[in-house]
Amino acid sequence: MSGVHVSTTINGDPIDFVCDPDEPLLDVLRNRLGLTGAKEGCGTGDCGACSITLDGELVCSCLVLGAEAEGRKIETIEGMADGDKLHPLQRAFISNAALQCGICTPGFLIAAKALLKKNKNPTEEEIRFGLAGNLCRCTGYDKIVRAVQEAAKEMRGA
Amino acid sequence: MSKLQNAIVGGVRTAMSYVPSSWLPGGKPDPLIERRVTLGTQQSRLDGPDKVRGSSRFAAEVPMERLLYAACVHSTIARGRISEIDVSSAEAAPGVVLVMTHRNAPKMALPPPIGLANLKAAGNNILPVMQDPEIRWNGQAVAVVLAETQEQADHAASLVKASYESVAARTRFEDAKADARTPDSLMIERNRLKKGDVQAAFRRAVRSVDATYRTPWHNHNPIEPNSATIAWNGDRLIVHDATQMLNGTAGSLAKVFGIKETQVHVSSPFVGGGFGGKALWDYQILGAAAAKLAGRPVRIVLSRAGMHRLIGGRSPTEQRVALAADADGKLMGLIHHGFSVKPPHSVCDEAFTLTSRSLYASASFDVVQHTLDLDVLANTFMRAPGEAVGTFAIECAMDELAHGLGMDPIELRRRNVADCDPVTGTPHSQSDLMLAYDLGAKRFGWNRRAATPRSRKDNEWLLGMGCATGSFPYARMPGMSARITIDGDGQATVSSAAHEMGVGTATVQRQHAADRLGLPLERVTVRIGDTSLPFGSFAGGSSQTASLGAAINAASGKLASELLRLAGNDTPLAGLKVGEIEFANGGLRKIDDQSRHESFVSILKRAARREVSVSGESGAPLEMLKFSMHSRSAIFCELRVSEVTGEVRVDRLVGCFDCGRILNPKTAASQFRGGMIMGIGMALTEETLFDERTGRIMSASIADYHVPVHLDVPDIDVLWTDIPDPRTPMGARGIGEIGITGVAAAIANAAFNATGKRVRELPLTPDKFLFA
Repeated sequence: MSGVHVSTTINGDPIDFVCDPDEPLLDVLRNRLGLTGAKEGCGTGDCGACSITLDGELVCSCLVLGAEAEGRKIETIEGMADGDKLHPLQRAFISNAALQCGICTPGFLIAAKALLKKNKNPTEEEIRFGLAGNLCRCTGYDKIVRAVQEAAKEMRGA
Repeated sequence: MSKLQNAIVGGVRTAMSYVPSSWLPGGKPDPLIERRVTLGTQQSRLDGPDKVRGSSRFAAEVPMERLLYAACVHSTIARGRISEIDVSSAEAAPGVVLVMTHRNAPKMALPPPIGLANLKAAGNNILPVMQDPEIRWNGQAVAVVLAETQEQADHAASLVKASYESVAARTRFEDAKADARTPDSLMIERNRLKKGDVQAAFRRAVRSVDATYRTPWHNHNPIEPNSATIAWNGDRLIVHDATQMLNGTAGSLAKVFGIKETQVHVSSPFVGGGFGGKALWDYQILGAAAAKLAGRPVRIVLSRAGMHRLIGGRSPTEQRVALAADADGKLMGLIHHGFSVKPPHSVCDEAFTLTSRSLYASASFDVVQHTLDLDVLANTFMRAPGEAVGTFAIECAMDELAHGLGMDPIELRRRNVADCDPVTGTPHSQSDLMLAYDLGAKRFGWNRRAATPRSRKDNEWLLGMGCATGSFPYARMPGMSARITIDGDGQATVSSAAHEMGVGTATVQRQHAADRLGLPLERVTVRIGDTSLPFGSFAGGSSQTASLGAAINAASGKLASELLRLAGNDTPLAGLKVGEIEFANGGLRKIDDQSRHESFVSILKRAARREVSVSGESGAPLEMLKFSMHSRSAIFCELRVSEVTGEVRVDRLVGCFDCGRILNPKTAASQFRGGMIMGIGMALTEETLFDERTGRIMSASIADYHVPVHLDVPDIDVLWTDIPDPRTPMGARGIGEIGITGVAAAIANAAFNATGKRVRELPLTPDKFLFA
């Protein structure tokens, strides 16, 4: 099987990689590029642990082929903090104890950031719907809602 | 477990009843109960910043040169043998380096079983791994493919062609009852319990209930799949695993491969959810065997389907509970019988009758449970093994009895709650279930409940409230070790092969060590998650906090005497004995006398030492035999059931916990809430669908196995009594498991209050309300 050459942008940096035509973007990120923040929980788009954004759209990277990233802009959890400065969502997750084992956390943060980009002031119900594609088995669900509300408030400058 | 064990435990218990409690571990209350500084305060997780960046390294993320990826091929029959296995197409597929089957797998010994007496074993499924053509359950691994990428391995695995000679398999719960076994003991308790004349109690009872409750197979389904990155370095085996049993995994793999324990290194700094499902299963053995054959490191990450084939779940149960009461609601007789699945190669008693024999002071008891042998993957421990399903049965039965008596369900419990062990008379170490009920009822607004079922309605929705008791026993494991090192700057490092699967181990034990050693938090570092550190027991049975707490406490005692020795005579401490000193302000002092204080820095400097390092161990947990030690909870639920669809929507849960001292309210609340939400799953949606014709699990994905999601989760309130247990380190009992217990019963009881329909079979799916 011959490799596919892909030029893309990841967290603002231009990145080129070669992958197999049948290789999921999640495996490219984790196994070829060492970006292991996106997790594989199911490989079938059920759990959301592999969430990233592709040209700003929230996707499960296990359901996207590496080859599809050609010319696209990818954002992963590794690009969320600004150097040492954590994103308000990341800070709110820590202070609200909205994470435990941490395996679903990057996916939740990416999904929450995508939600807040579209809706700066979501209701609790809108947050629950916005994060419906992400599963947490330690089940910090209600603390996650509180964390997103708190971060949204801070980001609105309220 | 055996008759011999019953005799030994019984003998020690009798002996313990003559021993003054002051001689025992926990005989004198831990001084930290009174003297806490950071314990009891809200502390955010230490690993939070790394986890929100996605930079914490999990087992499947350890980089290695020349790494190969593994994929498993699973049997499609439950019992028989492989008649032919054709691997030629798989071997010829792109990127494939090795196809391992029973024909070329290395010789390996049986994995040693997890046992109460052997902390160096972590085996769950005690069968030969790929040593012969025998098939023992549907889903057993028959081949492992190694390839350069995961996709290549997965593709090649699909090309392996196996044919089988099937024989009749035992896969039906009902049929297996004819050959049910009756184990002599459950954990450390005798299984069969008879006290008083139960038959007479039922003849004389003013009111009685007698019903059968059923719970299905469950699977842990942590979001991180079971996974390991494995390498051989000569005859040294290096395993980066996701495990709740570091030393057990190392000890087991050593036995399997015939090497010394010291030749196996297991690392597991972060576990992406465990819930009982992360100890030793076939995948680590297969991964290590394949890595040995290929001469290259291997990453084995189970697919979600693979997890259902190779990681056992919680056994289904069928439980009969009968209660006899007098006119005042006092229990005269309690019968709890039942069945669960436990094939001979399993290690886990699903001990669902332990709660009913300790919770309520019935005048007579008849309790026993039986196990069924099926041709299935071994069942195992899952969050609150025994109690999660046992409390469903006993607590629904209590609700049925209250309804029959026309009595408030909380009042029924008040009249029956035991103030010591109701069978043996053993005193409680600390227990105040009714305080939990009173605090919880007030927070919940129990007085709003309508006693008559089906009397509150909101359009299509029938509204109801219910409550139930949750329970989990205390455990402290002996043999857990911790090392404390104090360096020349007066910084402390505490190390132990302890586990972090989301519970906050390092965060809480840093608080503990800081208070124990009289240091501020920022001068304490905790290192865990690796077998190069002092011996760790396991993260299970809600025991780790107490076990590691006891180890740190023991080490601190040795540290005090070592520092006193180093301090010599030219010190404000001169002439004092160990019993006269305490840790305070970054050093040692005469108890309550700051004028006779010397800092760690000063002691080490004068002694010309760069550091001092001591280890301590959690001793024999004799307090568990001298006292009846249980955490309890009162769970309240408010819900609605649709008359149109039969759907249950939980609107509110309140849990009030009596678990001893709470060490970190922030992480503790997460444990309780997480357990309660898993309880919602158990009540409403979770069910592993098992095809009894073929022995195959049909729901082998998280699209088919329904864990709770955001929209299932209601407003949850958590509170606690916070009364210290004078017999435990820091006054705390474990809190990891109890959250799930009692929740399914509270929900089922609320659903009865809403609808007037009593559903006794989990999960409470819509059909059971519409068509029951």
